[in-house]
Amino acid sequence: MLNGLDEFLAPRLKALDVRVQRSEVLASNIANADTPHYKARDFDFTQALRGAMDARREVGLMRTSPRHLSQPHSGSLPVDLKYRVPVQASIDGNTVEMDTELAQFSDNALRMQADITFMSARLRTLQIAITGQ
Amino acid sequence: MSLSNVFDIASSALSAQSQRLNVVASNLANADSATSSSGTPYKARQVVFTAAPVARARDSVGVRVTSVLDDPSPPRLVYDPKHPLADAKGYVTMPNVNVVEEMTNMISASRAYQINLDMMNTAKNLLLKTLALGQ
Repeated sequence: MLNGLDEFLAPRLKALDVRVQRSEVLASNIANADTPHYKARDFDFTQALRGAMDARREVGLMRTSPRHLSQPHSGSLPVDLKYRVPVQASIDGNTVEMDTELAQFSDNALRMQADITFMSARLRTLQIAITGQ
Repeated sequence: MSLSNVFDIASSALSAQSQRLNVVASNLANADSATSSSGTPYKARQVVFTAAPVARARDSVGVRVTSVLDDPSPPRLVYDPKHPLADAKGYVTMPNVNVVEEMTNMISASRAYQINLDMMNTAKNLLLKTLALGQ
């Protein structure tokens, strides 16, 4: 049953994970808007989500000895970070464009809110099923 | 990997921008200080921003002030023979503070501060929403 519960919530959870990671990357861009030579970065959400869903199906390796190699990318999702192409390059080598970054950050935050709302709707569905009312 | 990393990033930017604002304030306050404790006119200072990774996060980088440099531009010479610090030709060496530049610097710093604060607020609202999940 717990497995089924996981399947029920997993897609939304994964999407939230990727959204959180994207918000971190965009926050870095906004924080470094005045840092010389900083290059703005971002990743493709769809591709990252697909990667995260596939990663879930992979079987992990158990480490029974401290001499075994550790798995790469434990903790954060393996995303394909790319550099953003600036519309108007600035003379100090910084490629952060505040309007783009802010629009993307707000968009990401809004979609994250939508994900959270969908998730609580799913939880409510479960609750109704459990209590039978 | 959590939303609290956004807090770390935004707060690093907030402290860096406030340091920049501090330096601008001291530059503007000393725009007419013909002498200082060292006996020479005040020299304008500028902060240097560097991207610095925040704890444990791989992809997220905050910002840090790595050094505060003296502005290398030449001092301003003002003709005022009655001034006690005037040289033989009647010129006084004044600080190399460019007031217009400092004002634009100040506006830029305060805008950047606001934006980072907004970002922090967004992250806070999202975290609160997540905490209220399933209630």
